[in-house]
Amino acid sequence: MDWIAWLLIPGIKALVLIVVLLSGFAYLSYVERKLVARFQVRYGPNRAGPLGLLQPLADALKMLFKEEVIPARVDRLFYLLAPALVVIPALVIWAVIPISNASFTIAGYEITWYLTDINVGLLYVLAIAGLGTYGIVLAGWSSNNKYSLLGALRTTSQMLSYELPMGVALISLLVISGSLSLVDIVNAQQRLWFILVQPIGFLVYFIAALAEANRTPFDLPETENELVSGFATEYGGMKFALFFMGEYINMITVSALATTFFLGGWWGPFVEQVPILGVVYFTLKVAVVIFVIIWIRASLPRVRFDQLIRFCWKFLLPLALLNLIVTATVVALWG
Amino acid sequence: MLRQIFPAAIEIARAMWITLIHLFRRPVTNQYPDEPVAVYPRFRGRHVLKRYDNGLERCIGCSLCAAACPTDCILVIAGENTDEARYSPGERYGEVYEINLLRCIFCGYCAEACPTEAIVLEHDFALGVYDRWDAIITRAELLEPHTPPHIVVRDDSDWRPTAAAWQTSR
Repeated sequence: MDWIAWLLIPGIKALVLIVVLLSGFAYLSYVERKLVARFQVRYGPNRAGPLGLLQPLADALKMLFKEEVIPARVDRLFYLLAPALVVIPALVIWAVIPISNASFTIAGYEITWYLTDINVGLLYVLAIAGLGTYGIVLAGWSSNNKYSLLGALRTTSQMLSYELPMGVALISLLVISGSLSLVDIVNAQQRLWFILVQPIGFLVYFIAALAEANRTPFDLPETENELVSGFATEYGGMKFALFFMGEYINMITVSALATTFFLGGWWGPFVEQVPILGVVYFTLKVAVVIFVIIWIRASLPRVRFDQLIRFCWKFLLPLALLNLIVTATVVALWG
Repeated sequence: MLRQIFPAAIEIARAMWITLIHLFRRPVTNQYPDEPVAVYPRFRGRHVLKRYDNGLERCIGCSLCAAACPTDCILVIAGENTDEARYSPGERYGEVYEINLLRCIFCGYCAEACPTEAIVLEHDFALGVYDRWDAIITRAELLEPHTPPHIVVRDDSDWRPTAAAWQTSR
């Protein structure tokens, strides 16, 4: 049994991935505050360190030193478990996201730019993304608070509804690429990115992804004007920070998936000659998608809940299905 | 549904365009402790007791300011001027002059009531103190010329009422 290839290398990769994602989360919160501020013609955080660059550190310290408050009559086990249940799926999805097809060799072991390439990658992504809902539902239920519960109920219906058009939009890609493996899906985009083949699919996926990641204009679970803070009402300190972390890592994940599925993953000019460029392209594309998500947050108001559900079931899902039928027909006839 | 989707999409595009333009604007934030705040000349901030050009105090201790004060935050106790100790041109001067800034509402009635234009509301707004008793400013503090660095007085000579303000004022 070659324990280095089976345990050590994936372990180190996972560790690196977690560290990168967590610091990515910290600086994403900074970038978002800064960008939203500039969209509103303000400066944003600029006091902690040069250009406010130490702001995430200050936030983290503040959160860590907050008093640990557990309200009376909460369901302690699930109350404490829920924040972790939000963060873990957000991190676990990254196991299958291919950052680049480049690989290098250290002491005879080939090291790739992804943790694993499983042949049901797409299913895995959808399944794990669905798991994130549990953390929020349990948080709302265990908090013993009407606002939390209402927020959690909204999240459940929202996330379950939007998973459908998202899944259907991704099935169209499956029809084209003929594989569930994310590496194969990206490889199929070497000549033509799927956003050009599947513009409607991309639109549906992007809207559904915004709803999945609880981003504006679909941040109904925490509508602060009617639900205080939704499912996170009773959480404070580090437990709240975990929800925050989950939400932001989800945002990175959703952007990375959009890049993988529609924007050609690591492909770009000169990648065949210099494979390591793929990492740069991937990062750039993810950054662009994240920018658009923040831009949307700065521009659009939140939709009403009935509009949200109606839009999903009466418009997005039929659109995705139509897109799938047309794609399947075209592929069957000329593919 | 479809009839709503297309106008909505156009509106979304317009909203996104507007925010994108604003992304490249210079922020309008005033970085207050680092940059001074520009206030209008009519801005009413902390009081100052004025002097004549020859250095004598304008205040004659008449207590009209205290009488005019709607919140009763001014205390004036007059003292007699003598030839050895002359503070103001007249018979009397304000020997004790205290303003409780926690009660003051900065209405400016004291300045209007003052017959010698001794008390004036100037522009300082940074009036925080660590001790409640420090909020009562005394004669000695009021007589000091008070031009803190965090405040600049802006020019309002080109100010004209807007059309709307003009209409309502008529």
